[in-house]
Amino acid sequence: MNLPATKAIYKFEMARWGRTLLQSIVSPVIATSLYFVVFGAAIGSRITEIEGVSYGAFIVPGLIMLTLLTQSVANASFGIYFPRFTGTIYELLSAPISYFEIVVGYVGAAATKSVILGLIILATAFMFVPVEIAHPFWMVAFLVLTAVTFSLLGFIIGIWADGFEKLQLVPLLVITPLTFLGGTFYSINVLPPFWRGVTLFNPVVYLISGFRWSFFNIADVSPATSLAMIGLFLAICLTVVAWIFKTGYRLKS
Amino acid sequence: MSPKQQPILSIKGLSKTYASGFQALKRINLDIRKDEIFALLGPNGAGKTTLINIICGIVKPSAGSVTVDGHDIVTDFRAARAMIGLVPQELTADMFETVWTTVSFSRGLWGKWENPDHIEKVLKDLSLWDRKDSKLMTLSGGMKRRVLIAKALAHEPTVLFLDEPTAGVDVELRKDMWENVRSLRASGVTIILTTHYIHEAEDMADRIGIINKGELVLVENKAELMHKLGKKQLTLQLHDSLDAIPVGLAAHHLTLANGGSELVYTYDTQGPRTGITNLLTDLAGAGIRFKDLDTTQSSLEDIFVDLVRQR
Ligand SMILES: Nc1ncnc2c1ncn2[C@@H]1O[C@H](COP(=O)(O)OP(=O)(O)O)[C@@H](O)[C@H]1O
Ligand SMILES: [Mg+2]
Repeated sequence: MNLPATKAIYKFEMARWGRTLLQSIVSPVIATSLYFVVFGAAIGSRITEIEGVSYGAFIVPGLIMLTLLTQSVANASFGIYFPRFTGTIYELLSAPISYFEIVVGYVGAAATKSVILGLIILATAFMFVPVEIAHPFWMVAFLVLTAVTFSLLGFIIGIWADGFEKLQLVPLLVITPLTFLGGTFYSINVLPPFWRGVTLFNPVVYLISGFRWSFFNIADVSPATSLAMIGLFLAICLTVVAWIFKTGYRLKS
Repeated sequence: MSPKQQPILSIKGLSKTYASGFQALKRINLDIRKDEIFALLGPNGAGKTTLINIICGIVKPSAGSVTVDGHDIVTDFRAARAMIGLVPQELTADMFETVWTTVSFSRGLWGKWENPDHIEKVLKDLSLWDRKDSKLMTLSGGMKRRVLIAKALAHEPTVLFLDEPTAGVDVELRKDMWENVRSLRASGVTIILTTHYIHEAEDMADRIGIINKGELVLVENKAELMHKLGKKQLTLQLHDSLDAIPVGLAAHHLTLANGGSELVYTYDTQGPRTGITNLLTDLAGAGIRFKDLDTTQSSLEDIFVDLVRQR
């Protein structure tokens, strides 16, 4: 195992983030605060509680997931797309490193960033609403697993994209809608049966449900199902990454 | 080559056909000796970069094999690549990084732990030390090229590839760069460089390989190659045009050009004497005066034409 290489990539990516730390943190915090004001205060005055949890607290896990998913994808996709764009990728390809080490470096850094952001948003939430965490261990487990899985997805997008538009397209057209429709702001149990069935094809539902369960002990689908779905999604992403490196897809001619 | 001395790099039957169907390399066989400076000479599009990129792991070979000090570049890529430093043709850089971080990053990628003393030495040797904290985007093209060299040297390679290293580097800095290359060789680094300028290969290399349209046309010691191919032409612009070459000058094998206003003399740069002195004496004796003179070296294109004709 080429540890210095993994460390070098990880450090490099974290340093890149460090240079724009203020905007990296400030913008999600402001966005989340706005959600609290708009959804928590405005809607929360109509819907006071869902399944025994105050509406303001109910949306916290969903809001963290929203940031976690978008930031994981954005960070990881940009991290690997940028060297492809500038041409510095030649160095990664010619270094004595395995694909596993490359992925650990990039995905590890992207996941770290989004976990940190997730925790910052959680801290922000505490300023607005009282939040209890029923299963802290599972909360962290869901947080980390989701960050890793979506960073892998971002990594794949960063390799697939052949322009900055495509890089932004997937988060914009896929991740954000799926998150909004995945029960960030409501329990999918309130939907009519047909739409509830459709929603079950949205993988984000399982993430939010499991994550919410770790907070409030309430869930749209069972936590075990949530965990299995994350595991499945993780396995799919890992398979795609392995295939990318095996074939050199978009990396080697 | 003595049987004991293994080639440091051995290329066997290497071919490359790109996805477009274009065959960029055709069954290349080449051995590089330890501690030599080898120049791969060929016009644009000949396949030089393709060859280097395959050896370094950036392009996939279609057929054939390459070993670096006995390590296969595919099955034993870690050991093979650990020995190699690559300075690519394209000037690519992490614009927002500093010289120091980007060079240290390269060392890490090659599996070596931090060693500030080594990085400092590399940067000083390449006259980059006083710019170590500068962002790459503030550097000139020549400096960026040197940063790429520093990155390649950060992990102490034993084989260094320089793909068109002088592109975009001004004449002054080229000399420094060649000095660096020579001292690297002296410290035990084998160097393979590509160029499409014959005089660069002539200045630097111990051996030269000529590549054209994906084929390695020949590999030769520099001295022999220059002897074979290095012709120069002296063109004299005459005061008064001539209708024919005076009989007294026949021994010089001159030709008339430009409607008789120019006399062209071809000579061998590597020969014992050029014959220019005798020519000028004989011209004066024949009463032929000239306004100006000009010499041109046979270009790579001429050499190719010669080579193709010979085969
Ligand atoms: N990715 C690619 N796909 C198709 N053709 C390529 C690719 N890269 C290079 N070529 C072609 O292969 C030939 C050799 O290119 P290259 O190795 O860059 O030559 P050189 O470095 O000698 O100038 C050129 O004709 C070039 O157009
Ligand atoms: Mg080239």
